[in-house]
This record gives sequence, structure tokens and C-alpha cells, in this order.
Amino acid sequence: MEAVLFQVLAGLATGGIYASLALALVMIYQATHLVNFAQGEMAMFATYIAWSLINAGFGYWPAFFLTVLIAFVLGVLIERVVIRPVENAPVLAVVVVFIGLLVILNSVAGWIFTYTIKSFPSPFPAAIGIRYMSPHQMGALLVTLVVLALLYVFFRFTPLGLAMRAAAQNPASSRLVGIRVGWMLALGWGLAAAVGAVAGMMVAPIVYLDPNMMAGILLYAFAAALLGGIDSPGGAVVGGLVVGVLENLLGAFVIGNELKLVVALVLIVGVLLVRPSGFFGSVQVSRV
Amino acid sequence: MSRKTVTVTILLLIALACVLPFVLKSYHTFQATLVLVYAIALLGLNILTGYNGQISLGHGAFYAIGAYCAAILMDQAGLPYWATIPIAAAVCLLVGFLFGLPALRLEGLYLALATFALAVSMPPILKSHLLEKWTGGVQGIVIVKPDPPAFLGAAGIKLNADQWLYFFSLAVAIVLFIVGWNLISGRIGRALVAIRDHHTAAEAMGIHTALYKSLAFGVSAMYTGVAGALGAIAVQFVAPDSFNVFLSITFLVGIVVGGLASLPGALYGALFIQFVPNIADELSKAAPWAVFGVFLIGFVYLMPTGVAGAVRTLRRRLGSGKLFPLSKEEALP
Repeated sequence: MEAVLFQVLAGLATGGIYASLALALVMIYQATHLVNFAQGEMAMFATYIAWSLINAGFGYWPAFFLTVLIAFVLGVLIERVVIRPVENAPVLAVVVVFIGLLVILNSVAGWIFTYTIKSFPSPFPAAIGIRYMSPHQMGALLVTLVVLALLYVFFRFTPLGLAMRAAAQNPASSRLVGIRVGWMLALGWGLAAAVGAVAGMMVAPIVYLDPNMMAGILLYAFAAALLGGIDSPGGAVVGGLVVGVLENLLGAFVIGNELKLVVALVLIVGVLLVRPSGFFGSVQVSRV
Repeated sequence: MSRKTVTVTILLLIALACVLPFVLKSYHTFQATLVLVYAIALLGLNILTGYNGQISLGHGAFYAIGAYCAAILMDQAGLPYWATIPIAAAVCLLVGFLFGLPALRLEGLYLALATFALAVSMPPILKSHLLEKWTGGVQGIVIVKPDPPAFLGAAGIKLNADQWLYFFSLAVAIVLFIVGWNLISGRIGRALVAIRDHHTAAEAMGIHTALYKSLAFGVSAMYTGVAGALGAIAVQFVAPDSFNVFLSITFLVGIVVGGLASLPGALYGALFIQFVPNIADELSKAAPWAVFGVFLIGFVYLMPTGVAGAVRTLRRRLGSGKLFPLSKEEALP
């Protein structure tokens, strides 16, 4: 029983990280109806920036916030420069551009920072650890929850958040009431990149820093986003936690650690087949 | 271009391909074999993504299944190398068809997602200790390079193993390209394109879309599986980590650069993914992928029909005697 509890709590901690990345995916999906395959690599790249800042002598938290800011700016830039030209292109073109972005970020990170695996510090003091959770797990979970709360407040109570939601939901009408829809999309990309950066910095102490670190995590985030409903932010969070716990329990007791990734594959295909809208997503009905 | 010119060009190309291994060094012959292997794989992916419009980011997985089929059959069952090809083809046809069934319900982006997940989870599946007895786990399987058959030696033709494998792959590639051409240029090909361009209209025309789509998946996987089997025999080695998600992305680069929905595009793409990384490799270990990424995005923006499309346009313009048909005066009304 103790072992199960231990795995569940560990699952919640990693699940929180999946939830943040899934949330980043959902934010871009809501705004553009696209799934960003490069989300994981964007987070990886941001984590490298944090690593460089820390190595350059910054304290952890200044580096953390600076990285979130840089990631935001980079996200906006990517949307403006790379994504905007294919806004109305066929799906295949968009997927190819995302994959191109993934490959470029991955190789540039390998080029600049080499492929050697690096360790990444955890800022959390030993005091916040409890019997079943390491300090980092506890801290990561807390940070994730704070990010979620901030996003909720931002989208629920600020005019800018409302404008962004409006632009995502009904671009034509939003434009009529004077919202700059194009810029709202760019801001959405920036926010998603910033949230992804937090996820990257939280997961790096666990999986270590290397250019390929996010491939598996992106897959879990996909599974989480789909499970919760790809257009539901709350669903992404629930989905992330569920996937984290499920992955840990199945990995520890049923199928073994090496096949953990297959859980994500089965979840993704299963959800898409059985209930494409996930737990909380809205059902898409289209007229043909 | 008339039909006659096309035939002559193709025969010339085949003649050139037959001379190639006698002038190239052993290693370059091996590289040429890989180009043929990639061309087959890209043709398979092109049938699915180019002609039928189903996006697959997971064809590396089918390539892996084909490769492991060949390796396991040669290593465990002691089958001759040539006998593994049809078996790999049959296995991949079946697996592809079965994966194509759920894929019927997934459109565009979601299919890309599901196949991406397949590609990412392939190496862990191959490494799994449940399959270790056959797959050799992380170590993979080493296979022996086949010798040229005895009857060639008896007939007085001396080939080394590399040259023989090249000709073997060339023969397989020619057969598969002819089959592919027949498939694409006939009724089935038109049905596939119709489904890609307008699903509902295709259905209204009486095309059994579900059947065609899952068959396209099966045939596409079969091509890629055959390529995987040939590739494994050529490289003499299979290991889980050589079939990671980047292999699938390499194939995507191949069809985008070569040209979507184009048979010769498969060959251009194969040349690109075989030789460009070699050239870029001299810069840095990461450079080939940076180049791939830039080409991916660049082609979508600037040359969406790929090299094949550019060649078509160029040929048409040369044929009409005007390289730049719209000069300023002509363009003005």
C-alpha cells in the first residue's frame, strides 16, 4: 500500500509537469486549432537558456523569471515569423512547418550546447519535502499549481485575457469590436512558450538536460491534452495528472518502466477512437 | 513530354543505374543501394500522404518492422535474404492495414498525432524484454551480407557482395515503381486523389472511401516495410535506436523536398536524404538536421511541389522555348 501511495504521489508530481505542457498545447489549439509539435522542443530550448543564465552567474529565481520572459518573446517571434505565413494553409503544410521547427530547435540546441547530458539544479529546499515526495517533486507540483492559478486569473479576470479568448472563439466578431486578432494569436504563442518553459525547467532536474529530453514528455502531454479534451484548459490539467499517475502505476506494477511510453501511445489512439473530444472537450459537429 | 521521350529517359536512367556499381567504389555502391531503399520507402509514404492526403509521421515504425522481419527471419529461422522480402511485405501490409482501420476515424492533424506517437514509442517496444528473445533487445541483431548467387559466377559474371546487393535492390525498386505507377495512374490512383481532394464528393461518386483509405495505408506500409528489409540487409545490422522518430521525420523531409504526389519525387527525395546529411555533417553533428529543418520550412513556403514540381515547370518552359515565360511586357495586359 505504501508503495502504491508513493507511486501515486510521484505520478502527481510528474503529472503536474505534463499538465503544464498540455496546457501550452491547449492554448495554441484553442487559438488556432493546431497542435504544436514543436512545443516540447521550445520548452527544451528555453531550459537551455535557463541553464546558460545560471552558469553565467544568475541566481536560480532571477534566471527562472528571465527565461520565462525570453521564452515569451521567442514564442511571439516564432508565431510572427514562421507560423503566420501558413495560417490558412492546408493541414499538411502546417504539420510540416511544425516538424521543421522541431528539428531546427533540436539541432540548434545540439549545435550550441552539444549533446552531452547536463544536470539541471532544483531550487527547492529540503524542508518542503514530505515522507512520500522528494523536495523537487513537491516544489514542481506547487509551481505548476501556481502557474495554473495565474493563467486562470489572467483569462478569467483581465481584459487582455478576455480579448484573447474572444479572438480564439470568434475571430470575425472580435475583429469587428476592435480586437487585434493577429496579435492575440501571437500573444497566445508567447504565453504557451512561457508555460512550456516552466514545464521544461521543472522536468529538467528529473530527466536531465539534453536536446532530446522532451520527446517522451511531449507524448505524455499530447495524451493528457487529448484525454482532458484538446480544447479544454481544465481538462488538460486533469488529463496531465491522470496520465502522470497512470504512467507511474502501470510502469511500476504492470508493464515495467521500459514500456511506459507505450501507455501514451495507447492512450492517444484509444481516446481518439473512443471519445475524440476527451473528458471535458466540446464535441465538434461540422456540416458537410 | 511525349510518352516516347518518357520511356527513353527511363530506359537511359536504368542503363545508367546498371553501369553505376562498376565505376563507383564499394562504399559509394553501398550508398547508392541506400538511395534505392529510401526511394522505395518514400514512394510508399507518398502513396499515403502525397496521393491520399493521410499525414503519417510514423513511417519509420513500418520501416523498423520490415527491417526486424528480415533480420529475425535471417538470424533465427535461417531464411535466405531474398525470401525475407515478401514476408516483410506481407507483415507490413497487414500491420499497415490494421493501423489504417482506426486511422479512418482520424483526420489530418489527429492522424499526424497518432502516427507521431507510434514513431516515438517504436524504440521502447523493440527494446522491451518481452520481445528480447527475438529482437535482441538494445543490442539489436547483426546479419551477414549475402554473397552473389552461384549461377552468376558460373555464367562468368563476377560481382562482389555490395554490387550484387545493389542490383538486387535495383530490381526490387524497379518492380515496385512499376507497380506503384500502375496503381497511381489507374482507377485506384484517381480514387485516392479524389478522396484527398474532396472526401464527401468522392464518397458521393461511389468510391468506398473506408476501404481505399485503409488499403492505401496497408500498401504504403508494405512499400516502406520492403525498404526496411532491404535496408537492414544492406546495413547488416538492426538496433532499436536507429528507428527513432527522426527516421520518420527523415522520410517526411524526403517527400516534401522530392515532391508530394509524384513518383520521380521519391527518387529526388531519396538522393536528398542520403547525400545532403553527408555533406552537412562536415560542419557539425547537428548541421544535417538544421539543414533538414530549414529545407522543410523553406520548401513549404517557396516550393510546395518540391523538386519534382520544379523539374516539371522547367521542362515545360524549356519545351515552349521560354525559360521565363512571363516577361514584363507579356505579363501586362
